[in-house]
Amino acid sequence: MKSEIFQIESEEQTRKFGERLAALLERGDVVGLCGDLGAGKTFLARMVARAVGVPSHVPVNSPTFTLINEYYGGRFPLFHMDLYRLGSPSELYDLGLWEYYEGDGVCLVEWCDRFSDLWPDQALVLTIELGEGENRTILATGEGRGARLVEQLGKTD
Amino acid sequence: MKILGIESSCDDTAASVVEDGRVLSDVIAGQANVHSPYGGVVPELASRNHLLNIMPVVDKALEDAGVDLDDIQGIAVTRGPGLVGSLVVGLQFAKTLAAARNLPFVGVNHLRGHLLAARIEGDDLPLPKFPYMALLASGGHTGIYLVENEMEITCLGQTRDDAAGEAFDKVARLLGLGYPGGPLIDKMAETQGSKEQFPQSLRQRKSFEFSFSGIKTSVAQRVAQIPGGPDPDQVLAIVRGFQQAVVEILVRKVTLAARSKQISTVVLSGGVAANNGLRKHAREVCDLNDLELFAPPPKRCTDNGSMIAYAGYLALQAGLSDSLDLSPLSGWPL
Repeated sequence: MKSEIFQIESEEQTRKFGERLAALLERGDVVGLCGDLGAGKTFLARMVARAVGVPSHVPVNSPTFTLINEYYGGRFPLFHMDLYRLGSPSELYDLGLWEYYEGDGVCLVEWCDRFSDLWPDQALVLTIELGEGENRTILATGEGRGARLVEQLGKTD
Repeated sequence: MKILGIESSCDDTAASVVEDGRVLSDVIAGQANVHSPYGGVVPELASRNHLLNIMPVVDKALEDAGVDLDDIQGIAVTRGPGLVGSLVVGLQFAKTLAAARNLPFVGVNHLRGHLLAARIEGDDLPLPKFPYMALLASGGHTGIYLVENEMEITCLGQTRDDAAGEAFDKVARLLGLGYPGGPLIDKMAETQGSKEQFPQSLRQRKSFEFSFSGIKTSVAQRVAQIPGGPDPDQVLAIVRGFQQAVVEILVRKVTLAARSKQISTVVLSGGVAANNGLRKHAREVCDLNDLELFAPPPKRCTDNGSMIAYAGYLALQAGLSDSLDLSPLSGWPL
């Protein structure tokens, strides 16, 4: 398990973090986004989506209601999902999450700490902690492929 | 012409029979009037639950309308936007029924259904005339739409991040109020007390876009600042301030849009349009600006089958129908 902490002081730095992450991502990667309500999970996801090439006229908004938003037109298909409203592990299966995790796109999963037993081993997890104003702390952790992403993120910081 | 409409885009399984634009029945799974053999409140967000609900809901819609399948002359179903796994259940059911009965079939845009719901007859309320400026605010969507007629609808702006209804739910959660947040906050905000100030994102912009992520973050930061968490008076002040900020920005944008396009009618739609504070404030602002306001009854604001049956009726009447190879669309902007 690798981990690294990133200090963010502005939305602009969050955007840059999203760009750095986007540049490292490859088809098949799964990235979890954790953090309290209002921490900026959707914002970071949008920054990654833009950096991957999802056109700016396509809104990248919260997947809480829709559960899964699919974006094409970027470097790879991007799947933005949200486990916030799910009530039981069986609902994860009903949603077909594994088909996305094992598919040929990249998954960004909000509230990935829900049902953590069912979380893919090789995923990168980003935990965003809310500070004052635009200050955020991002803790990146992962094993296997996730650990490699943590390492590469650290190198580009 | 009697049309059966089916809605399964997200949580609710719903069905309705509409005759020539008038509602004969409107059934939503989970409501007390559905005799569900499965009992209890089923979390309906997964397609499996739509599968369980769809037969009893459609049966009940036919029964309430006092018709049977032989009387139905067309099938309408939500094609999107929504969750593909959920959409596909309604779509497949509707297609199968249309094929077996050799009936015309049409896929309806869920947003179009909401935006035209104010024109459904059957509630003994005055109906808005075209053109009108509509606010669509729900748990999944928030935007301003110019509705010129049944077919020509233009989106002038939508939310960049969270939908308004989602902001209500999440703020209620941050404050430990429970779920669903909209009605709880709406009711609580009517209580007298002090009021916190919260920012209204994109207020000064000339665009009709919304953003509700910032206010959610502001509430989270405010709660975190209070050692030991907010006491009941502080919670009330946050609730009142939050409700006011959201309601004001929604009403401001839809009325500004109406005035800028010289439209004299404003329509509220979507689940958040059931919010009393919103309806009251919209009434005040519209009165001041000589705008005529139409707010359909709450049951036509939240997701329902009648809006799909109605929009499907309009499409079929206009000679539009779809072939049976129609596929769902998770994203389907108007």
